Amino acid sequence: MRRYLRLLGIQLRASTAISLQYRVEFLGEGALAFFWSLWSLVPLLVVFGHRSAVAGWSFEEALVVMGWFTFMKGILEGAVNPSLTSVVDAIRKGTLDFVLLKPADAQFLVSTAKFEPWRVVDIAGALAIFVFAFHRMGRVPSPAHALAALTLLVCAAWTLYSLWILVVSAAFFVVKVDNLSFLFSSIFDAARWPVTVFRGAWRVVFTFVVPLALMTTYPALALLGRLEVRTAALAVAGAVAFGYLARLVWKRAIGHYTSASS
Amino acid sequence: MGDSTMVRRAPRVIPGAQSVGAPLRISGYLPRVLRTLRALPTMLRVGLAEAVAYRAEFLVWLLSTNMPLVMLALWSAVARDAPVGRFGQSDFTAYFLAALVVRLMTGAWVIWELTFEIRQGTLAFRLLRPVHPLITYACENLAAIPLRFVLSLPAVGALLFTVGGDHVTRDPLLLGLFPLTLLGAWLITFLAMSIVGALAFYVDSAGSVFEIWMGLFGVFSGYLVPLELFPGWVTALSRVLPFRYMLAFPVEMLIGMQTRQRALTELAVQWLFVVVLGSLAVGAWRLGLRRFAAFGG
Repeated sequence: MRRYLRLLGIQLRASTAISLQYRVEFLGEGALAFFWSLWSLVPLLVVFGHRSAVAGWSFEEALVVMGWFTFMKGILEGAVNPSLTSVVDAIRKGTLDFVLLKPADAQFLVSTAKFEPWRVVDIAGALAIFVFAFHRMGRVPSPAHALAALTLLVCAAWTLYSLWILVVSAAFFVVKVDNLSFLFSSIFDAARWPVTVFRGAWRVVFTFVVPLALMTTYPALALLGRLEVRTAALAVAGAVAFGYLARLVWKRAIGHYTSASS
Repeated sequence: MGDSTMVRRAPRVIPGAQSVGAPLRISGYLPRVLRTLRALPTMLRVGLAEAVAYRAEFLVWLLSTNMPLVMLALWSAVARDAPVGRFGQSDFTAYFLAALVVRLMTGAWVIWELTFEIRQGTLAFRLLRPVHPLITYACENLAAIPLRFVLSLPAVGALLFTVGGDHVTRDPLLLGLFPLTLLGAWLITFLAMSIVGALAFYVDSAGSVFEIWMGLFGVFSGYLVPLELFPGWVTALSRVLPFRYMLAFPVEMLIGMQTRQRALTELAVQWLFVVVLGSLAVGAWRLGLRRFAAFGG
């Protein structure tokens, strides 16, 4: 365990060093990320310019969901997406051999291969949105609620990561999955809205198949103190089950890996 | 795009053709146009075959155009109790289904190919052909439209079934002009991509410039929010930007939200944008290619 923590530290340092090499790009991407966090608020502002509440969500509450979306997007694009995109490349070119040869768990190594530190800007943006939303509501979240929200955040990140592992596992079977990642991001975009906005089939898909509800709506509800304990417990159980499934599929998929040269 | 496709598509060598490194300097304008016209059917056929060959990949690309459906769900929830502006629930359904159809039909992906080929240097293969590279790109993208149409039929069906004929314009002239507006919208998308893509001759990350373009598109084209629902100044601003003519204009015309007079005026503006962007694209390419030659030579 300690060994893996140390490895994680090394991988993080390497990624930071690499991105600091390109300082102008670092600043540019940071500024761009900040701009996008603000820009993505436009539809929300328009919707709530016409209505004071939508599907039972007030403007401030919907802002909290948007905050979690920004947060998760930061995690997705800063920690999950870059490494896993490089795995897909490694599978296609056969350079995954070098990873498999190393004396550490392959899933761990490929998942921590690359980070994009400037995505911290997204997380800062998310925190700013939370502060603004709660300031408008005139209250602060209670410590218990904040703790519940943090627990759900871990679950959400874990689910997101597991989903991605499933997508990457597909790369062992069908080589070209970079457009699957594009599809995934486009679906993830729907997570910026509270899941109760969606009805019927959409809601079922976004709760169980691609658990967007778990990623943004539940943590937001927890932070607002509106989440039932039962739902929270189910969410945690769901995240654990998802992670386990992803691990199983990864194990099976990597058995199918045939180096490019063989 | 493997090398095999390159070989398969290798053009017949036409005697007397010069390198297209300087496509616009060949003496005699007419022979060049004729030659391009003669090559067009073949290029389109090859493009279609390619789209069909990579159909699974193609389908995934199309499926990632799901934003209008999400926005449809959202705006329906907003309009459940009372209409927003002049949009009721069924108007939103018509608007976003039509937006889905227009977006599916007018998509282009030339920017990704362009930046990739310029960086990798494989653009040189295209320059060897006696046809301007912009035209070959255009053919590849255009040729996929029949397939796009087939795959967007479910959305067309949903549009007609759920909201029926009330929400499709009755004006035969406007219905007849609809394909023309689609072509205009596609051309604006394609030409803008070509211009931004030509930046890759100079800088490494033309992709992030295009991201900004897409961000502006999201807001000013009516893709996320019908333009009427914005504050007045945004709506006014959107009329002088190209984005509206890539999506909102064909959509509003199709679902009968525009009078004939208005629609004809906007059609003229749309094609004005096409002409302006077209000449910009040709200019940007002429400058960029000079630089590309310097790279390789």
